Amino acid sequence: MGSSTKRRAVGLSVGLAMMAGAATIGWGDQAQAQTSVKIGYAISRTGPAAGGAAVTSIPNYELWVKEVNAAGGLKLGDKRVPIEVVQYDDRSSAEEAAKALERLINQDKVDFILPPWGTGLNLAVGPILNKAGYPHLASTAVTDRAPELAKRWPNSFWLLGTSADASKTLVEMLVKLRGEGKIGDTVAMVSIADGFGIDLSAAARPALAAAKFKLAYDKTYPVGTQDLGPIVNEVKALNPDTFIAFSYPPDTIAITEQARISGFNPKVYYTGVGTAFPLFKQKFAANAEGVMGIGGWSGDSPAIKDYLARHKASAANGAEPDRWASAVTFASLQMLQQAIERVGKVDRAAVIKDLQTGSFDTVIGKVKFENNMPTNYWWVGQWQGGEFYGVAPSGNAGARQPILPKPAWKTQ
Amino acid sequence: MTNAVLTGLVLGGMYALIAMGLTLQYGVARIMNLAYGEFLIGSAFASYFLFTGWAVNPLVGLIVIVPVSFVVSFLLYKIFLTPLVRRARTRDALEVDSILATFGLMFIVQGILLTMFGGAYFSYSFLAIPVTVVGEVLAMNRLVAFALAVVLGTVLYLLLTRTRIGTSIRAVAVDPASAPLVAINVPQLSALAFAAGGALVASAGVLISMFLTFSATSGVVFTMKALIVVVMGGIGNLMGCLVAGMLLGLSEALVATYIDPGLTIAVNFALFLGVLLVRPAGIFGRGGR
Repeated sequence: MGSSTKRRAVGLSVGLAMMAGAATIGWGDQAQAQTSVKIGYAISRTGPAAGGAAVTSIPNYELWVKEVNAAGGLKLGDKRVPIEVVQYDDRSSAEEAAKALERLINQDKVDFILPPWGTGLNLAVGPILNKAGYPHLASTAVTDRAPELAKRWPNSFWLLGTSADASKTLVEMLVKLRGEGKIGDTVAMVSIADGFGIDLSAAARPALAAAKFKLAYDKTYPVGTQDLGPIVNEVKALNPDTFIAFSYPPDTIAITEQARISGFNPKVYYTGVGTAFPLFKQKFAANAEGVMGIGGWSGDSPAIKDYLARHKASAANGAEPDRWASAVTFASLQMLQQAIERVGKVDRAAVIKDLQTGSFDTVIGKVKFENNMPTNYWWVGQWQGGEFYGVAPSGNAGARQPILPKPAWKTQ
Repeated sequence: MTNAVLTGLVLGGMYALIAMGLTLQYGVARIMNLAYGEFLIGSAFASYFLFTGWAVNPLVGLIVIVPVSFVVSFLLYKIFLTPLVRRARTRDALEVDSILATFGLMFIVQGILLTMFGGAYFSYSFLAIPVTVVGEVLAMNRLVAFALAVVLGTVLYLLLTRTRIGTSIRAVAVDPASAPLVAINVPQLSALAFAAGGALVASAGVLISMFLTFSATSGVVFTMKALIVVVMGGIGNLMGCLVAGMLLGLSEALVATYIDPGLTIAVNFALFLGVLLVRPAGIFGRGGR
């Protein structure tokens, strides 16, 4: 009995050690003062958020560090200081993210911290970064509380904007298209019963009603739904002009696949997170043409083209960035770099001040924060000839005209 | 109506397919394999790379992936799990030990998948063409998966009920303590059942990869689903798997069509609880065998 208990204890501790190993992907050496700038981050390597982090955050963090170090490092005063990275896996959990950040701050004593992926985790780590006085460039969080949070935590910057804005812009575009006689009144909307879908559909409902659209279908579905066939079939029977799905990546793919198979081809076909992913283009190829989705970028801009090429060259398997938050994430790192270099030393309060007031040259153009938020966002993009161009707000530099009606699905 | 029923049946077939391997591993070999979903995802990746890299049709890929998985599972049982089986005094103790061991195994397999493929989503298109069945349009790949689930289920059922080895396997599932009295080699049959479970989960992974988007970390979803189906149907009972899977699939499709897609998971769990309240051992548990 005794030996079996002992063996079990050994087994358990091996298991625990394994889990700890999974949590600690990398670690840095203790460095001498300012021979390096320590940048730390806790990111979802495992768990439900890993899919998003692997596409949008991690490749950009790695690209940025690689490029900065290839140039000799960050310019502090008149010398260049290389970046040293300390990183952990937050296992997509708010508690793990909080613990990892405490560790980065108190034990690893990193100079700057890059944010986790996703709205939930950014909200979770906000108070910690605020208390410790680290700049928090939330480049993958969409929340209606952004303006309020920016006020409460002056160190935080919300680069992706608010869901109300996202829905408002989408509806404005629909109003414009209706005015041009390109679409009619009927709209069908489905949304995932999770933060993103709840926020966006809650903002879209009154906006659609105010614009006198007929909401023929308005349902939610739970996370992890494995067959969206019933929804698509029911929507198809209603024959709406506009279809809106505030969906997550696996559902975005599944809904689009089902729409193609059922031959559901509304004039405006819009899906949520994942439409802007390279996976979408790879999977649907020519069938992506005309599909609208959240995000977009100025695909014609030389800075974006150059960024796309660098990203492909740097990322594992030549992966492409997504066409929404990826470029914004990289831009946020450029802003952090420019702020640090302008301040010329690791002075976090001064860097925050510079981020609040300065203006920055980035891959997404010139950015200047107002109340800790950018003034321009891409809210609707459309696949046109193999690239996901921003189409709304139409006032943004580089905005393309939406192609309507969406071309018919092709059989493969 | 027809559409909802057909969609439900196809979805139910997929659930049954996912769960069949676990019912063998858990019901016969008594290994509560928490790494089950990881093996499913592993074969989904294998199929993805055979298809995108060498243009191997996933259905042909089955011929390679399924035997490999059988051998891997067999070795896993022989090398990794047999020590646990030997030292376990009771079957309950084995269950607890196997949960701990396979929990660790889950991290290992997931870690390997993450290092090899990263955390991104993967998806490919195969047989994603519309077919018309009694006037309703369905996806060919889902239909093929359903058909294969039915074939696998039937073959396995016949094997278990009509052959000598199948009868021995059922004997081990029902009463492992008495099985040796009639000259049944329990350890050998357990290994065989575990390996067969591994082969089944591999086929499920290949078939599912044709129409679901997956990532290295999505295995746990399938472990959970399989566990619900297995427990609901009666542990170790193949018929139970099919019936429970169909019940879940049909209820999900009908609820999504006629009530609200938001309630599908709630209804699934209500059904699960309802069945367990009436029959704590599952629909075909113990008494029904």
